[in-house]
Amino acid sequence: MAERETGRSSGRRAPTAAEVSRRGVLMKVGVVLNLVAATLVAIPIVGYVLSAFRTRKWQAWIALGAVEDFPEHQTRLAKYVNPFRVPWDGETAQLPCWVRRLEGETFQVFAINCTHLGCPVRWFPESGLFMCPCHGGVYYQDGSRASGPPPRGLYEYEYKVENGTLMVRGGRLPTLQESV
Amino acid sequence: MSRLQSIAVWIDQRLHISKLYASTAGHTVPANAGSWWYVFGSATLVCFAIQIVTGVCLALVYVPSATEAYSSLEHLNYEQPLGWFLRALHAWGSNFMVAMVSIHMAQVFLFGAFKYPRELTWITGCVLLLGTLGMAFTGQVLRFDQDAYWGLNIGAAMMGRVPFIGPEIVHLMLGGAIVAGETLSRFFTLHVFVIPGLIIALVSMHLRLVLTAGINEFPEPGKLVDKETYHEEYEALLEEQGVPFVPKAVDKDVVFNGLMILAIVGCAAAFGPEGPNGPPDPTLIHTVPRPDFYFLSVFSVLALLPPYLETVLILTAPIIGIGLVFALPFLSGTGEKSPRRRPMAVLGVVLVFLTLGVLTYLGTYSPWSPHMDAWSSEPTPVEYVKGRTPLELQGAIVFQNKQCRNCHSLAGTGGQRGPAIDDVATRLTRDQLIRQVIQGGGNMPAYAKQLSPPEVTALVAFMETLHPPGVLPARRSAEPAVPGPR
Repeated sequence: MAERETGRSSGRRAPTAAEVSRRGVLMKVGVVLNLVAATLVAIPIVGYVLSAFRTRKWQAWIALGAVEDFPEHQTRLAKYVNPFRVPWDGETAQLPCWVRRLEGETFQVFAINCTHLGCPVRWFPESGLFMCPCHGGVYYQDGSRASGPPPRGLYEYEYKVENGTLMVRGGRLPTLQESV
Repeated sequence: MSRLQSIAVWIDQRLHISKLYASTAGHTVPANAGSWWYVFGSATLVCFAIQIVTGVCLALVYVPSATEAYSSLEHLNYEQPLGWFLRALHAWGSNFMVAMVSIHMAQVFLFGAFKYPRELTWITGCVLLLGTLGMAFTGQVLRFDQDAYWGLNIGAAMMGRVPFIGPEIVHLMLGGAIVAGETLSRFFTLHVFVIPGLIIALVSMHLRLVLTAGINEFPEPGKLVDKETYHEEYEALLEEQGVPFVPKAVDKDVVFNGLMILAIVGCAAAFGPEGPNGPPDPTLIHTVPRPDFYFLSVFSVLALLPPYLETVLILTAPIIGIGLVFALPFLSGTGEKSPRRRPMAVLGVVLVFLTLGVLTYLGTYSPWSPHMDAWSSEPTPVEYVKGRTPLELQGAIVFQNKQCRNCHSLAGTGGQRGPAIDDVATRLTRDQLIRQVIQGGGNMPAYAKQLSPPEVTALVAFMETLHPPGVLPARRSAEPAVPGPR
């Protein structure tokens, strides 16, 4: 007891074996505790940040309009609203596409994005060509590649005619590895 | 002691600023390092400071929501007092920052300042270059107009080419399936929080490395870098000609930075802000998206690469290029520093700047892009309709109507994707013209389905009249040489 009192007042005596191991245990407990806490924080954060990384099927059936709105042997611009929109998307939720009606209920619906790098292609009925303003890609009226840097023809939507309405299956940006 | 002095002493006793000064601003540098060649590093830092200040000011008004971003930009341009000027300062600040960081990198490379013992300084500098370009790209997106919208599509399409995980990377970049509200929020977070944080951390490390390794001495031809003796030589140099950086060797930095700030302010006042160029409405398809000037070279490369090479180069060229740049101190870490004894280094820098310059110049007028409105807005030049027969005039109408003018110019107006048609009769015979129009070839599509036989006849008749006066038209070798109709 007397030893302890002297030790306390001087503050310079060497720590006893008992004190060292108590501090050491506390440190180890603290480290483990923080590792658990860090894991519990990290998992939801990583899940949140990478949530868009996981492949979700971003496709739904979208109505483009009545079949009568698309005359035969013509290619027209149609517009639809992104089925997976959020309220603050504004104008970016409205997407265009090119609808080519052949005969009857046979259609070809092309995505607006050039297959080279995604710029919007423009249809010219007089020459029957889609032209891209960015790097000069050109496509024929059936969507096949005519000239320029694009590696393939235009992306085509899967379509169906239901109750006189043309519907397409879409909702995501088409890229070379994942068409529309 | 005056009041001010006692305040200063009070602060210094607590912050120890004067002790810090001796090892930072006032540290000893070789006197020959106070050269005009050395001003670009501090110039880049000053640009960054301008960007932070103007960026914070813009963030007081700008709304990073896809619904409101465009209208908040217009508000800044037209309603907010001096909003146009803040936008202009921020845009020109970014132009100057990219320019300064590139010149700084070239100067450091040419002066061998990446060699032993400054390898880590070079590497942190390379990461800072990437950060600067990242800020340039994300900043462009925040100016949420048509260029930004379609630019994001282009970026996503490039990422989509990554094998196996391409679509996942696209969704991560876009924050969803398409370019929409979540994409803008993502890029805002990158531009305002993530990348500036990284840049600030790395700049601190970069500056600390400059202090610990010492500023590069002005390279002398014939003096080789030798790991064994470098430190002693540097210490001896400091003994011989060492001066405190502030105030003895910082004068040229101060002058250059002052001139540069004036240049940024002058450009901002004279040229005003960039855009925004049209609301980011994807249904407005009559748009011609273009990146800001520092990415025009990438734009040109992507237009000019043949399709079979494109994916490979997009994915590997940046990695190889960046890898080589990062590995530079380990490939060439000793030896000569002076550019006078390093011809390959000088040649390399000249080639890189020349290539980037030519590609950027091409990108300003993009000859590969069809002029979408030329067919309806550029009339046939008068000299090409004078004295033509009715058939040839019908051919001139076909030439305009079928959008030929979008890719081919007449009298200097029209597209430059294909050759100018003013002298086509001297290059192609009648049969060759018919074949070319019907079958296409090279970069030209086939028009067989869109031209009836009489239209082809008229069109070719018109083109046969297009040759300079007095110059013989093209002919088959079996034909006799007879002058053309006009």
